[in-house]
Amino acid sequence: METKSIMIVGVGGQGSLLASRLIGNVLLQQGYDVKVSEVHGMSQRGGSVVTYVKYGDKVYSPVVEKGEADIIISFETLEAARYVPFLKKGGHIVLSTQQIDPMPVITGAATYPENIVDKLKGMGIDVIAVDALKIAEECGNAKASNVVLMGVVSTKMPFDEACWNKAVEECVPAKFLDLNKKAFAMGRQA
Amino acid sequence: MKKLMLGNEAVARGLYEAGCRIASAYPGTPSTEITETLAKYDEVYAEWAPNEKVAMEVALGASIAGARSFCAMKHVGLNVAADPLYTAGYTGVTGGMVVAVADDPGMHSSQNEQDSRHHAIASKVLMVEPSDSAECKEFAKKAYDLSEKFDCPVLLRLSTRVSHSQSAVELCDRVEKDLIPYEKNIDKYVMMPAKAIKRHPIVEDKLKAAAEFAETSDLNRVEMGDTKIGVITAGICYEYAKQALGDKASFLKLGMINPMPTKLIKDFAAKCDKVYVIEELDGIIESHCKNIGVDVVGKEVFGYIGEISQTIVSEKILGVKPEFDTFAETVPVRPPVMCAGCPHRGLFYCLKKLGVTVSGDIGCYTLGATAPLGAMDSTICMGASISALHGFNKARGAESEKTSVAVIGDSTFMHSGMTSLVNVAYNATNSTVIILDNSITGMTGHQQNPTTGKNLKGDPAAAVNLVDLCHAIGIKSVRVVDPYHMAETEAVIKEELAKDEPSVIISRRPCALLKYVKHNPPLKVDNDKCVGCKQCLKIGCPAISMHDGKSVIDHTQCVGCGICTEMCKLGAIV
Repeated sequence: METKSIMIVGVGGQGSLLASRLIGNVLLQQGYDVKVSEVHGMSQRGGSVVTYVKYGDKVYSPVVEKGEADIIISFETLEAARYVPFLKKGGHIVLSTQQIDPMPVITGAATYPENIVDKLKGMGIDVIAVDALKIAEECGNAKASNVVLMGVVSTKMPFDEACWNKAVEECVPAKFLDLNKKAFAMGRQA
Repeated sequence: MKKLMLGNEAVARGLYEAGCRIASAYPGTPSTEITETLAKYDEVYAEWAPNEKVAMEVALGASIAGARSFCAMKHVGLNVAADPLYTAGYTGVTGGMVVAVADDPGMHSSQNEQDSRHHAIASKVLMVEPSDSAECKEFAKKAYDLSEKFDCPVLLRLSTRVSHSQSAVELCDRVEKDLIPYEKNIDKYVMMPAKAIKRHPIVEDKLKAAAEFAETSDLNRVEMGDTKIGVITAGICYEYAKQALGDKASFLKLGMINPMPTKLIKDFAAKCDKVYVIEELDGIIESHCKNIGVDVVGKEVFGYIGEISQTIVSEKILGVKPEFDTFAETVPVRPPVMCAGCPHRGLFYCLKKLGVTVSGDIGCYTLGATAPLGAMDSTICMGASISALHGFNKARGAESEKTSVAVIGDSTFMHSGMTSLVNVAYNATNSTVIILDNSITGMTGHQQNPTTGKNLKGDPAAAVNLVDLCHAIGIKSVRVVDPYHMAETEAVIKEELAKDEPSVIISRRPCALLKYVKHNPPLKVDNDKCVGCKQCLKIGCPAISMHDGKSVIDHTQCVGCGICTEMCKLGAIV
């Protein structure tokens, strides 16, 4: 099988590491060769962060480059616009409609583009937009919005729900398991 | 059993399986998780040292004592540890000694992108370089065998993409290595001139033997495909080249970087029409090839800067460019920022307001240099804030002493700021040094340090008392402030700047991300009182933005620190 590429993008602190580990766990269960590339350190501090997940018969480079991503999962709307050049022709975007102003917007040096979702759709891209933050807050914790979005993504990938649930159980600390199970289930229904 | 592991976790697993007993390290992205993972294996003693030089010396001492030992650091940390490393090349080892060094091409979290392979060559020690997590584990184990076979510390070179990528690793059991009986051997371990002179020829002989070994070692591997293109590569670049070229090329993948083979390279090159060397940063492999008379193409095509990728390899060798669409509008950049509730924010706002010159250092607080705070003039390396301020003040005199400060974190101060403060006291400048004590090593992801009262395993440990330490160094004026209280903080900075003596201000408040830190409820803007004056935006808090002419506080980020409340003269933030 040809190598498939997923990008998870967002703002440092939104929980992209857990999301990538969830997908990685599911893919390993399917018997694929998997590589997950993470960002640590300085760029994690509220900056634009990107995580790559690649799978197939044999994966070499852990990095996704422009024009290579089959799916972009974005925890924040502006970040989807930033990384759209990485999307392969015919690729999908799953995004959370949460908007977080970057510092240049806060200081007034730049403006946050309007109607990003519509503009992405206007580029001919299949975009699924979900208010993952609202759903997570309904589950009881805004921090679970990453897992909500993974619930949405799971409906776009050909793997059993049981595999995803197993991955949630293995990747999430026991203390937060119930919350995240609920968040994942709500994401699947969104 | 196969498990997805970070390269760093796989290195730790390899060390564990190989019977490593003693590990010491100073955290540094992208190397930190090796030691954090090692600490979870009960059979391995692991510690955070105050700096990399200490860690290297601990590892060498443990090796002399007969144990398989380890230390880890990022590329710039190896500069700090270079002194013991270069002489460890002469003494050699008793128990195997492995040193992980993680380079950061592209500078994801570093102040330069130096190539640590130079250190291997200059210190005359062996170096191996894995390219994925499975190799991280295997090479860590093999590094111990090489270390004991050639009586030499072995550097295990990593890079950000290898350290921080997860791939599948097959787990094996640990093989215990008993302590090798200790025998006093001053010819080997007392490196005074008369002894060291006799060691140097031994070092050169070792390197010759290791180069011979590299000719046939399974660390180096040939994969023949189409012979029109030959690629000599190592580490992560092998993965990029394989994805880009597949069987359109033949590959010589080097796992052993120092010393490199000669005949193996010549034989491989002879089979290929055109040979490329694909390596990030400097042309170390390329220079070796050219030195042994092999004609290769390398840096003239790939350059010296940043990371390579499959796209770059495709473009440069096959002439294929990627196709993609771009968002039509400008997308504002999103640089990293201090977190909401960061205790450094209040302090940096005071420094900005006072307009002082700020000699900075390495840590989260380096972000104090960015807009809108912009309160930093220089950042060089760990510990340089204090010594550079001393030099700055010596050069510019008394007036400068009243208008300049150094800022340094608690962990960075313990790493290499202490000796700089000794210099301030001993050689007398009236410098004002601010220690940003957030009770943790923040930037690298919350590691304990000698001031926190806990060790790597989280157990209670002796805690350095910073106030007493500064007094003992000879600084009489030492003040402690809470940076959440900006008015008080500003007043103390003014008082200390005015004094005709050196002084230290400890800005003390734990990192807002620490689990034990209790947060206040999120603050809210009273829309009736807010006039949109943007005063609250001046502190650069990521939780505050302006919408429809009024301030808005993001309740998911706000931790209720109250800095913005102090900024708002209208009492609109409650």
